[in-house]
Amino acid sequence: MSGARGRELAVEGVSVRYGGVAALDEVSLQVAPGAVVGLIGPNGAGKTTLINAVTGVVRPAQGRIALGGTQLERLPQYRVARCGIARTYQNIRLFGALSVGENVRAGAIARPGRLSDTEARALLARAAMHEADLARRAGSLPYGEQRRLEIARALAAQPAVLLLDEPAAGMNPAETHELREVIRAIAAGGTGVLLVEHDMSLVSAVCDSVVVLNFGEVIATGTPTEVARNPAVIEAYLGTSEA
Amino acid sequence: MLAFFAQHSKLVDQIGINALLALSLSLSLRAGQLALAQAAFMGIAAYVSAIGAVNAGWNLVECALAGALAAGAVALLLALPIGRLRGVFLAIATIGFGEIARIVEVNASITGGAEGFSNIPNDANTLWIYGTLALTGTALFFFNRSKFALAAAATREDENAARGVGIDVARVRMLTLAGGAVVAGLAGALYAHANFFITPGDFGFPRMEQILVYCVIGGVTSSLGAVAGAALMTILPEVVRFLQDYREVTSGAILLGIILFAPDGIAALWKRRS
Amino acid sequence: MLLQQLANGLFLGAVYALFAIGYTLVFGVLDILNLAHAAIFMAAAFTALAFAGAGVPLPAAFVLAIGAAGLLGVLLDRVAFAPLRRRNAGTLVPLISSIGAAIVIQGVVRGIFGPDERRFGASLVPAATFHAGGLTFGTLDLTILIVSLGLMLLLSFVMRRTALGRNIRAVAEDRVAAALLGIDLERTIALTFFIASALGGAAGILVGLQYDSVSVDMGSRIELKGLAIIILGGMGSITGAVIGAFLLAVVETLSVAYISSSYRDAIAFGVMFLILVLRPTGLLGKRALRAA
Repeated sequence: MSGARGRELAVEGVSVRYGGVAALDEVSLQVAPGAVVGLIGPNGAGKTTLINAVTGVVRPAQGRIALGGTQLERLPQYRVARCGIARTYQNIRLFGALSVGENVRAGAIARPGRLSDTEARALLARAAMHEADLARRAGSLPYGEQRRLEIARALAAQPAVLLLDEPAAGMNPAETHELREVIRAIAAGGTGVLLVEHDMSLVSAVCDSVVVLNFGEVIATGTPTEVARNPAVIEAYLGTSEA
Repeated sequence: MLAFFAQHSKLVDQIGINALLALSLSLSLRAGQLALAQAAFMGIAAYVSAIGAVNAGWNLVECALAGALAAGAVALLLALPIGRLRGVFLAIATIGFGEIARIVEVNASITGGAEGFSNIPNDANTLWIYGTLALTGTALFFFNRSKFALAAAATREDENAARGVGIDVARVRMLTLAGGAVVAGLAGALYAHANFFITPGDFGFPRMEQILVYCVIGGVTSSLGAVAGAALMTILPEVVRFLQDYREVTSGAILLGIILFAPDGIAALWKRRS
Repeated sequence: MLLQQLANGLFLGAVYALFAIGYTLVFGVLDILNLAHAAIFMAAAFTALAFAGAGVPLPAAFVLAIGAAGLLGVLLDRVAFAPLRRRNAGTLVPLISSIGAAIVIQGVVRGIFGPDERRFGASLVPAATFHAGGLTFGTLDLTILIVSLGLMLLLSFVMRRTALGRNIRAVAEDRVAAALLGIDLERTIALTFFIASALGGAAGILVGLQYDSVSVDMGSRIELKGLAIIILGGMGSITGAVIGAFLLAVVETLSVAYISSSYRDAIAFGVMFLILVLRPTGLLGKRALRAA
């Protein structure tokens, strides 16, 4: 959808329940155009559930999700995508048997017209994939490239908001460093970014603000430095076995 | 060359019809659906077409269109209840649908029942069959370059990711099913008009298995592959006639061989060469 | 009259059950639909016919033939499914592979025995009937029922009381965990196929005797009906398959007697379709295998 940038994602009081368990409990956050918001928390805190709620994979039991003026919480997944929300996945979900070029074009499929090879390459470049072989089978790419291709595919939709679910997972330090530039450039272009990550240095480097989840609840918000010093956050992470 | 055709015109016609059937199934397969209802769609169209010709005096074009439209309409209706089924369950549901259609054909009075429906005007000659095949082939050629084809391929790869990029997966599944049904319908009408008579048994599960075999051998995602598979497997029984009652072993062996050693079918083997 | 029809339903259901168990066993353990099951059903009937024709007494021929069917099932797995497991081919590819295997089996049987229908012959097939409580049974029907129930009880014993049964259920529940626990996957799978195919073969021989007719396409009807039964009972549930089989058989028999015979087969598929659309797990289904 062209002209989809410039709208704020507003999540208000969203709760998601599985059986009797509250995976998300009245969670609120905002992602303004051009902002990079980090979403962190121990494993199982509900980060991916939140992304699933925003993208329409699960329907919230209560709360509202809006993008600009459009209410998203009742829409089916594909409609949410067409409204201007794009995402990447924790476990890469490329169209493996399709080529690099086809994956990028698939990202733009809801937009009118066809994506040219030049435009595809430009998108890949924005995801730090330079000189990519458009005909190469996506499933045969090395891991780091697959992650970047996923980002390029998401960008192809010209989204208002981009949800990145642990994009640095499995990347080496050099690639993670490169990712910082990628994310900054995306935000600079007017797209809002919600970054779910465990890699704290990445979060500190690119995020304007951070939301911390634990057991489905927001326990802290603020700048990366503020949040890092927050006692509740420190306690939530103590005793969990992650980097 | 013409003499060859004259001698083997029946076979040539069969190849054409089987190619159409293979193409029709390949549409669903390319969207990732193992929707095994092609034979049933073929049967529905064959009967509509035959009844139209004999009872209402329609000509071939009218019959074919009526048959294809009927098949397409049934497919759209079928798409609703089976919309959420995947994998083996989808396969089984469509097989069940096929059996129900066959049983209706056996029992309805208008279809002539188990003995079949006869006296169908024999006006679908090789030209008509291959004309239809050419038309379908051309349509598919343009289809393959369309965004819809990309949407279908994405759906086949990963439905959730497909939704994530804005693809209406339910609509893709419905349209590929209906599109395939229309092509199968054309094949059915041509089949009816190329043979004097039809019976419900012509359109049951054995036929469905045959069509699946054409696609698998040819290569599930390739149109040319589907046609090649149909041609090969239609000619094969003639070629191995000398094996007499053991004939079908070759068909089964080829299918097994492809699945085990060349799972992407002949089409992939060909690509690997060049 | 009603009781008689119910009894007839039981006889029909017993055979349906034997066949359906084999289907659901393989699906429960491997998540694949083995469309060669019906071919083995048919091949076993021909094997029994051959043994009986060679002068082997019928009970011995039966046992030998179901053993042969079991072995054929193991061979089927080795050729058509095991290689696909090794390369992680998913669940639809084996289905197609099974079709190929079925075609080969049919071709071989047709080649050896010819395309014509064969009979066991009156000398082998008891035609006696007896009466009890106002009902009439053929001794053949009764024998079939007893043999079927016997086999099902045997299966139940194996599944509940033996290590093999435990292993099969473990593999059905979670293949990876089972392997981690030290269970020999390939051996367990092979034995599963042996059992499933032996039961399917038994069904074939019994049907062949029941109708005194053995032909290469005798499996086609029951193959599809078997699908309906395992959907009804729940894919992977042996108890479900048995219950579903008897339920369907009784409903069919009653409908033929009281409504009309022409749409009898449609009942099975109509019910199956409804279940798939409304409650795909069936009566008792879960993906894991349940003990009989």
